[in-house]
Parts: sequence; C-alpha cells; structure tokens
Amino acid sequence: MDANTLAEYSVISLYSAMAVLTLSMLGFVLYLARAATARDDARSGAGVRAVDRELVEARHGAGGGGAEASMPDATDAVSAVPGVAGERHTGDAARAARKAAGPARMFAWLATLLLAAAVIMRGASVHRPPLGNLYEFVTAASLVVMLAFCLWGLRRNVDWLGVFVTAPVLLMLGMAVTLWYTEAAQLLPSLRSYWLVIHVTVATISVGVFTLAAMVTVLYLLADRAEAKAAAGTPGTGMGARLMRVLPRARELERLSYALHVIAFPLWTFTLIAGAIWARQAWASYWNWDPKEVWTFIIWVVYAAYLHARATTGISKQRAAYIALAGFGCIIVNYSIVNMYFVGQHSYSGL
Amino acid sequence: MTTVRDRTQAAPTLPRLGPLGWARWAWRQLTSMRTALFLLLLVAIAALPGSIWPQRSINPTRTADYIDAHPKLGPLLDRLGFFEVYASPWFSAIYLLLLISLVGCIVPRTRIHLTQVRARPPRVPANLGRLPAHARVEVDAEPAAAVASLRAAYGRRYRLDVRGETIAAETGYLKESGNLLFHIAVVGVIVGVAAGHIWGWKGDVIVPVGNSFADTMVSYDTLSPGPRADPTQLPPFSFTLDKLDVSFEDQVTGAGQFGQPRDFTAYLTTTAEPGATPVKQVLKVNHPVEMDGATIFLLGNGYAPIVTVKDAHGAIVYSGPTVFLARDNNYTSSGAIKVPAATPKELGFFGNFLPTGVITEHTGPISVFPDVRDPKLALGLYEGVLNPSGQASSVYTLNTKEMTQVKSADGKDVLRLWLSPGETVTLPGDRGSITFDGVTRWAGLSIRHDPARNLTLGSALLALGGLIATLLVRRRRVFARVTPRPHGGSVVEIGALAKADDDGLQDVVDRLAAAVTGAGRLPR
Repeated sequence: MDANTLAEYSVISLYSAMAVLTLSMLGFVLYLARAATARDDARSGAGVRAVDRELVEARHGAGGGGAEASMPDATDAVSAVPGVAGERHTGDAARAARKAAGPARMFAWLATLLLAAAVIMRGASVHRPPLGNLYEFVTAASLVVMLAFCLWGLRRNVDWLGVFVTAPVLLMLGMAVTLWYTEAAQLLPSLRSYWLVIHVTVATISVGVFTLAAMVTVLYLLADRAEAKAAAGTPGTGMGARLMRVLPRARELERLSYALHVIAFPLWTFTLIAGAIWARQAWASYWNWDPKEVWTFIIWVVYAAYLHARATTGISKQRAAYIALAGFGCIIVNYSIVNMYFVGQHSYSGL
Repeated sequence: MTTVRDRTQAAPTLPRLGPLGWARWAWRQLTSMRTALFLLLLVAIAALPGSIWPQRSINPTRTADYIDAHPKLGPLLDRLGFFEVYASPWFSAIYLLLLISLVGCIVPRTRIHLTQVRARPPRVPANLGRLPAHARVEVDAEPAAAVASLRAAYGRRYRLDVRGETIAAETGYLKESGNLLFHIAVVGVIVGVAAGHIWGWKGDVIVPVGNSFADTMVSYDTLSPGPRADPTQLPPFSFTLDKLDVSFEDQVTGAGQFGQPRDFTAYLTTTAEPGATPVKQVLKVNHPVEMDGATIFLLGNGYAPIVTVKDAHGAIVYSGPTVFLARDNNYTSSGAIKVPAATPKELGFFGNFLPTGVITEHTGPISVFPDVRDPKLALGLYEGVLNPSGQASSVYTLNTKEMTQVKSADGKDVLRLWLSPGETVTLPGDRGSITFDGVTRWAGLSIRHDPARNLTLGSALLALGGLIATLLVRRRRVFARVTPRPHGGSVVEIGALAKADDDGLQDVVDRLAAAVTGAGRLPR
C-alpha cells in the first residue's frame, strides 16, 4: 500500500470513528436521561433504599471490574420484593438506563480503536510519529482522552462521564478535520528529532488527562451547586437538577478531579522540561519566550496555582476548581489561538 | 449618652508596631500561601503580553514595524515595556517577589521538617475515636500479643514509637521532603537562568559556503555577551563551511506543505585552537556542533548571488557573493550590492534574488519555490554616496539619502534589471556592466555558551522528582492503643489522621484492625 492510500484510509478511519463516537454519545445521553428518571422514581417510591444502593453500585463500581456482575442481582432483588409500589417500574427504568450504557461503552471502544487505526495509519503513511502538526496533535490527544476513558471504565463505572467525554472529543475531532486538516508529509528540519516523540507524546497525554480533569471539574462545580441548593431546601426540579443526581457526590467528584490533575501536572512539567532541552538543541537556547513557550509556562503556572490553592487552608475547593478551569482555558487558547495567530518558532501547525 | 462613651472606650487599641514589627508583618504577608498564590497568578497574567506583542529581544524588525504601524499605541506600549516584557521592571518585580516568597517559605519549613524527621512521632491522643478515621475491636489475644501483631502489621513504611501499650506511627515524610525539594529546585532553576544570562554569551554570524570563521569578537555580525562575560576571551576555535545541503518539499502539493523545508545540513571543518588538527563535522538543525567552550547551532540559511560589476573600460570593480536575506517561505531574498569602487559615482544595486523567479502583474517579481529551480536577480540601481558622512548603514539595504535612482536608457522609467545566471547587462550612461555569475548559499549560525546550563537542567529535573514525590506520597499518622479486658483479651483502638484530604485513611485503619483480629488480609 502506498503512502497516499494509507493517508486516505487514515482519514476514512477517522470519519468512521467520529460516526461511531456520535452513536456512543447518544447512548450515553440516553443512559443519563434514563438513569435520572430511574432515580427520580426511586425517590418517590418505597423501594428507595435498594434502588439507591443499586445506583450507587452502578455509579461507583463494586471494586475492580466487579460492577457488571453484581448489578443484575441488585435489580432482581428490587424487582423480587413483592408489594412495593412502583418497584416494577423502577427496576425497568434502571435496567433501561443500563441497556443504553452498554452499547454506548461498546461504541466508545470501537471509536477508540478506529481512532487508533487512524493515528497509526497516518504515522505509517509518512514513516514518522504522527505528531507533526495541529491536526495530528488533536487527533492523537483525542485518542488519549478516549483510551483513558475506556480503560478507566474497565476499573470502575464511569458511564456518568460518558457524555462529557464523547461530546468534547467529537467537537475536537470535528475542528481537526474541518479547520486544521493538513496533508500527510515529512517534517520540518527543526522537528526532526527524537525529542518530537518524547516532548509531544507526553504533551499529548498530559492534555488528554487535563481535558478529562476539566470535565470532572465542571461536573464537580455543577454537583456542588446542586447539593448546596438541596441543602438549603430548594433543590432544582429541572432536567439539569435531575441529571445531577446521577452523578457521584460533589466531594467525590472533587477528589477525582484532583487525582486527575495530579497525574497531568507532572506530565506537563515534563513537557516543559523536555521542550526546553529540545529547544536548546534546535534553536540554540533552552528558553526563547516564544509564544508557545510563554503559554506552556502560563498553563504550568496556573495549574501550579490550582494545586497551591487546594493545599491552602482558607481557600475553598470551589475557588481552586475555578483556577483549574482557567488552566484548561489556557490550554484551549494555546492550541487554537496561539497556534493560528501568534508568530513564533512553534509555527508548524501547517496552517 | 453612656453608650456613646462606652463605644469610644471600647475602640480597639492597636498594638504599636515599630520598624521591626512592620518588617515582620510585611515578611509574614509576603511569605504567606495566599500571597504566593496571588503572585503565581500575577506571573501568568504578566507573561501574557509577551506572546501577543512582538518582543524586541526576539524579533527587533517586527517590533519596529509594529511601532511604525501603530503611531499612537506603539510608543505608549513601548514606554510601558510591552515590547520587552520579560526584562520589564514590572515583570522583574513580580518574579523577584515570588522568589523572596519562595525562599521565605522554604527556610522555616526546612527547619521544621528537619526537626520532625528526627523527632519521634507525636504522642497518642487521648481519644482515638475523635480522629477522622478510627476503629475499635476486641480480641482474645493478651495486650502484649496484640501490640506485637500490630507492630508487624504497620509495615516498614511507618516510623513506629511504641510506648508500653500504645503505638504512635507516622509515614510519608517524603511528601514534605519532595515538596521542599521542589521549591528549592525551582529556586535553582531561577538561579541557573540568571547565571546563564550573566556569565553566558551568544553571537550570530552569517557564513557563505566556502568561507571561514574565527571565533573572535569582530567576526560576529552581532555578539551579546552577558554582563560578566568577557568578549575578548572567547574560546579560540575556528571553522570553514565546506558545504550546505538543503532540501524542500516538492512531492506533497497540499496547502501548507509544498515548499516547506525538509532538511538542512552543513558540513564544517573545525579547528579547536590555532595549530590543532582540523576535524570534519556535520551540523544539522537538531544536531549542534559542540566546541570547547561554546556550541555551534545552525539556525538559518539563504542565498548569496555572485555578481561581477565592471566599469566602462571593462575593469572589475566588484566581484563575489553578496548575502541576501530571505523574506518569505519561498526565499524571495532582498539585499544590496554596494560598489564603492565604481566611477564616476558610487553605485548601489538593490532588489531581490529569487531562487525560482516569476513576475506576475499584481505581485511583481516573486519566488514560487525555495530551492534553486530558475534563479533570477531583479535589481534596481542608485548612484551617489553610499555612506553619507561616514554613517554606518545596514549591509542589506541602501541608504539612499544622498543617492539618486538611475533611469533606463530611454529615460522614461527607472532602470529595472532582470538577470538569469550567466547573463550580462550593460548599464545605461557608460556606467559599465553587471554579470550574474551564479549563486551560492549561506548558513546562519548561532554560537553560544551557557555555563549554568547543567545547573538549570539538573534543578528542573530535581523539581520534577520532588513534585512527583509530594503529589503521590501521603503523610499519615496512625495511632493505636491496646487496653486489657477485665476477663482476658484486649481492646484495640486505632485512629488515624492525615495532613491533607485522604480518602485511603479508613482503609489503613481497617487493615490494621483486620490484622490484629486475625481476620486475614483485607484487599489492599
């Protein structure tokens, strides 16, 4: 197979991934909608406890990979209790939610595999790591996000996060194919270095994890607001408020967000250091205050501020979360505006 | 009335702060976590303008162009330091404050940490049930046996302090060590960067193929030594640029790829010092050549058209390669050929070298591909005084203050020359002729020395190590108290607390409880 055919197949694979990802997203939307209803019904019915427990298990997973196996029993237990009003209906709704989540998860896996195929074929068509321009970077970062999400799903149940992962990834891929598409070709001399693999791969993983972390942070802030309202005795009644009840508790979301940031931040620090080592080789100076370097530094400082804020007594977790989101805002600026409009040595986006 | 009097009496009497008190207060404010956080965010914001506006130290031409294009905003921004953000007083002020805050945080914390590392874990609290994670179990074992099994269950990661039937244990000292290491290493990075600026130097030079370069102050086009670097004591190496290979993308025709550079390779013959054996070395974009005391980097390249200018009698008044600078990605290169030996007046050619030249109506002469496919030289001509009143002028442009543009033979238009290699054109009005002999390439080299490079790199890596340690390690104190039951057996109370939010704390307690009851091993 020649290079052009491979590059074409890569694009076809990418479009297929997007199609499958759309199905996955719809599945997760359906799951959230149904799970919210199930939970609502459960609250109004008498079988609250059992269903709650079931949903808690569904949400958090009963330890390493056992969630799947334990759930049918729980549902059967609920359905088997005779004479409890509404229990039949409740069991149906919960089961319906799970029914939507299963295919959604499967589609997510399939989309991830297609995405991986697209990335690999792109690399094979040019005999180099497919990380040479913005299109390739965004595709690879999307793959990291999806892979992380799917692998995470093996350990615990993260169906509640599905929509919030698939939707942004779909958006990112859409931008990549429409706005940032660059034809497969060889690299600029300054990119011909093994540091490309080290620096950009780690940056990709880091951005992928930061993206997940940002999603969880947004959910935390929403859940926190919903909980505060509920505590004040004025819980919301809309669809949004109902959705919130499907999510883990705010406290747990916050911890999750912190854990993800704790993984991503050292990776970003490494990106910064590896970039400096490479810059010294390619541009003679390890730090040139190039716009991309400035933004990498700004992102690092903002996330450092987040970790700092979280460790500072007297600064609320919510406020720290907003700093983390500001950091993610900087990442978005870095990969969109800085790449396209600012003149600097990192101008290899191919645009 | 009395209430009013009461209020005046109750007004808080603030303690008077002497100069020392105020200093202490300022120090406390500066070194607080909140201030550090504020300064961090401020650094991020202050670094921003440097990515938006062109920076003089990086791209002086673009900076000058910007100021020219914005006659109102430009000078104002310039006065505020927006074109030299990272050397501006306000940026320096922020990072210096941050540095002080950093040191002010490191010093006392190191002292406390060193004491704690050497100290025994704190005494067991009276009421273990009040700790965030706790458990109480009754076992049949006698207290001594229970203490022994607890000791074994703690594992090696805890520092134990067993006093009678109580156990105090602490783990995760590495968290604070890593945290301190991170902060100290960040100071190391800042010191390394500063030292590199102070004792380092860098020079840039353009060397045409076939030419040699000796590392002395005068050989450089620009040389920027740090305040403490001695530019008269540069390492005594020299080299010749034997060859420069370049290649550009011509297979892939898509937008953004066609004509992109693919490879630049320079071949050097280097000599470490006068009299030393010459060594052949390959210099590429990502492969600098390390010399003793400096490193040579290949940063740019371009074309130097070779022309011969003769006077009306056929005598050669100028001959050789002239460096032209590339203006765009297709290497449309502009430059000036100055012929002070021309008679009766000095001549100055200006214009473009085009490696693959075309003329279109709306672009004029322009290059459409960066490699030499159809080289053209498009020139105009001035005559007069090249360097009026001894003013220094750029090598790449003409100072036309005391020059007039030469017109074509019919006098209707200015003279425009369009030359292909090997072509000779006679200049109108007995000014002689110009021949475009061919073209050679030049390499833009940067030669640098940063004595603190390894300090900076080492510190950065230590910072990363410290960061990972402090983020992953958990600091925990886990206490246990064993009391005998009246009729045999014992009661074991376990309690734990963590320095930060720690969701694994109850697991630790449960595991210990399980170990002492002999309930087998709990998962993790």
